[in-house]
Amino acid sequence: MRLRTFLAAGAVASMAMAGAAQAEDMTIVSWGGAYSASQMNAYHKPYMEMNPGVNIINDESAAEAVAKLRAMAEAGNTTWDVVDVVASDAIRLCDEGLAMEVDVDSVLAAAPDGTPASKDFGDFLVTPCFIPQIVYSTTFGYRTDMVGDTPPKDVCAVFDLENYPGKRSLEKRPINNMEWALMCDGVAMEDIYDQLATEEGQARAFAKLDTIKDQVVWWSAGADTPQLLADGEVVIGSTYNGRLFKLIEEDKQPVAMLWDGQVFDLDGWIVPANLSDERKKRALHYLNFATDTQRLADQAKYISYGPARASSAPLVGKHATLGIDMAPHMPNEPKNMSNTLLYNYEFWADYRDDIDAKFQTWLAK
Amino acid sequence: MANGENVPGPILAADGRPLRQSLARALRLQKLRALMLIAPLLIFILVTFAAPIADMLFRSVENAIVPDTLPLTVAALEDWDDASGQPPGEKVFAALRRDLLAAVAAKAHTKLGSRLNYEQTGVASLLRKTGRRVKRMEEDGDLAAQFAEVHKSWADPETWATIKRFSSAYTSGYFLNAVDAKLGATGIEARPENERIYIFLFERTLLLSVVITVACLLIGYPVAFLLATLPMRTSNMLMILVLLPFWTSLLVRTSAWKVLLQQQGVINDTLVFIGLVADDGRLAMINNQTGTIIAMTHILLPFMILPLYSVMRTIPPSYMRAAKSLGATDWTAFWRVYFPQSVPGIGAGAILVFILSIGYYITPELVGGTSGTFISNRIAYHISSSLNWGLAAALGVILLVVVLVLYWLYDRIIGIDNVKLG
Repeated sequence: MRLRTFLAAGAVASMAMAGAAQAEDMTIVSWGGAYSASQMNAYHKPYMEMNPGVNIINDESAAEAVAKLRAMAEAGNTTWDVVDVVASDAIRLCDEGLAMEVDVDSVLAAAPDGTPASKDFGDFLVTPCFIPQIVYSTTFGYRTDMVGDTPPKDVCAVFDLENYPGKRSLEKRPINNMEWALMCDGVAMEDIYDQLATEEGQARAFAKLDTIKDQVVWWSAGADTPQLLADGEVVIGSTYNGRLFKLIEEDKQPVAMLWDGQVFDLDGWIVPANLSDERKKRALHYLNFATDTQRLADQAKYISYGPARASSAPLVGKHATLGIDMAPHMPNEPKNMSNTLLYNYEFWADYRDDIDAKFQTWLAK
Repeated sequence: MANGENVPGPILAADGRPLRQSLARALRLQKLRALMLIAPLLIFILVTFAAPIADMLFRSVENAIVPDTLPLTVAALEDWDDASGQPPGEKVFAALRRDLLAAVAAKAHTKLGSRLNYEQTGVASLLRKTGRRVKRMEEDGDLAAQFAEVHKSWADPETWATIKRFSSAYTSGYFLNAVDAKLGATGIEARPENERIYIFLFERTLLLSVVITVACLLIGYPVAFLLATLPMRTSNMLMILVLLPFWTSLLVRTSAWKVLLQQQGVINDTLVFIGLVADDGRLAMINNQTGTIIAMTHILLPFMILPLYSVMRTIPPSYMRAAKSLGATDWTAFWRVYFPQSVPGIGAGAILVFILSIGYYITPELVGGTSGTFISNRIAYHISSSLNWGLAAALGVILLVVVLVLYWLYDRIIGIDNVKLG
């Protein structure tokens, strides 16, 4: 009898604790590593200080977010409150009805000068479900000690085996690589996607990639290229600009940045569809805070990704620990933007499956 | 029994019932009790293992989204001849408009777009764009022209043929895709050369799995033999060396191989240092098939050694001694006496390693580069990245069937009774 009372009391207590914990916990999904740390410092900590009732749990499964959100929705139990995804995934989540549409101007804060959020974010609002946070780019870094006296000046150095012999690392997917191949095969910037929509254009891109195929190490995790560069396994390789910033400025490796031909992409927030009203309200309250002008500028203190609001750019300051000016390391700094491409979301949403099948076949053969 | 010969009619138990009946009843009760004892496990396995797998496999043919989202259009398209080379008539466009209005309200049109985009590139944006504009269309106007104005694909009979081809609630489309074919205008046709990949990957997966199994056997057999013949104290010590990597995280072991095998890695550095390899001719041992074979052989080796060891321990050493005392050489004694008795262990180890390696995906993904990846890497891609779960399920079904067929063949040729784990 005493044992039963004890067990019952224990069960009640643990349920009460679980209930109390659920009322406060907010699960925010992000990418982990330095990126999550920057969000922790710029958004989560100040938000929790202002709202002591909320406890933010940082989940690091953004890489599988799309599949997991779909599985959660099918199981009828979505445990995430706010999810950090790249824009192309946000589009797919929106298409699949897995992310909530957000009315930007009523939910998000206006810029300090009163510009409504929709104008402040501008073209970066690529789908109604997506709240942009940062602009990042996929670009190249090269070993300064392996390129002789003529460091590469443009992205086509990747295809130049004569002047820059050695292995190069590229991402194991067609996106970006096909664009660079055409760019370096002499296709004008504005014609790239028209070309890629045709069989001939695709064949042309593959033919260009063929010239370096046996010298390519294909990566699938963002940490691969920095590691390959640090080990001297590759001369030049593509990765996210924030990873290269860390490799160059924090780890002091003999690596330099090649901004030419960088491909912009966006990363931001979505709120899963079908949250309870209470959780939805809390998630949007958090987003209102975390995407205001000052907060977005604050994040740039910790990582070299550009804030997605136009009004945040002038507020970008120095790195929190290194003390160097961050503005020159932003992908959207004007002097880094002489030759850039913006990820074409619409094109890749249509052609992703088709070109990916061809790309994988090309890779395997 | 002696009684039964004398007394005709059924034998009776103590309570007067026929013995056969009473025995059957007791057995039934016993079986029921046994079933109840295993019921928790049985239910657990059914709910958490069998049901999800069945559900996932069902997705390989499921196609309800098309008839559910476009019910009127699908019905109206029945009268349209897809070989006519003409887009369908106004009636179909009117049905499409009504279907899309409902679909936009339920936000189902973009989902449908993702589904049909697997079959025809461009449908995703076609439906997204049309969904935005369909509300503003005038019902009485020329709908075909209005749709064509939103996107020229609506005037293309190929778009309609795709919708018609995939309009039933079940489809063979995913399975056809999984064997590099597709449902074309004239029925099943092969995909163009530059898109054929899955059969090639299935073959490569099987081939590499066989190579890995053989490598595990060649390395594992002597190790197991040594462990089984050494005195218990020493062999237990050595056993720890086999088990230690087994307890280490898979990712750690795979990453360790990266450090060892890469071109600026430990092995290449050593080879260059002793002069076996020139500095500009460093061996490529990772990010290719070699890397996959080496790392997976290492990772799966305990699965070969352990069953071999436990079978070899049961072989009495006196048999070998007897053979030798009868004049057999060491080799004959081993080959004619010892080896046949260790075959059940080889069978068990080989099946374990082969089936594990056929479904492996983390290690090939990390060290396989492009020539060392398996079909499971594509399945993982379609589950987590492209979200084409139907195709992933179809590939999974094929993989499952291949394994079952191989298992059946193994049973026919070698016999599954001839497999022992100890």
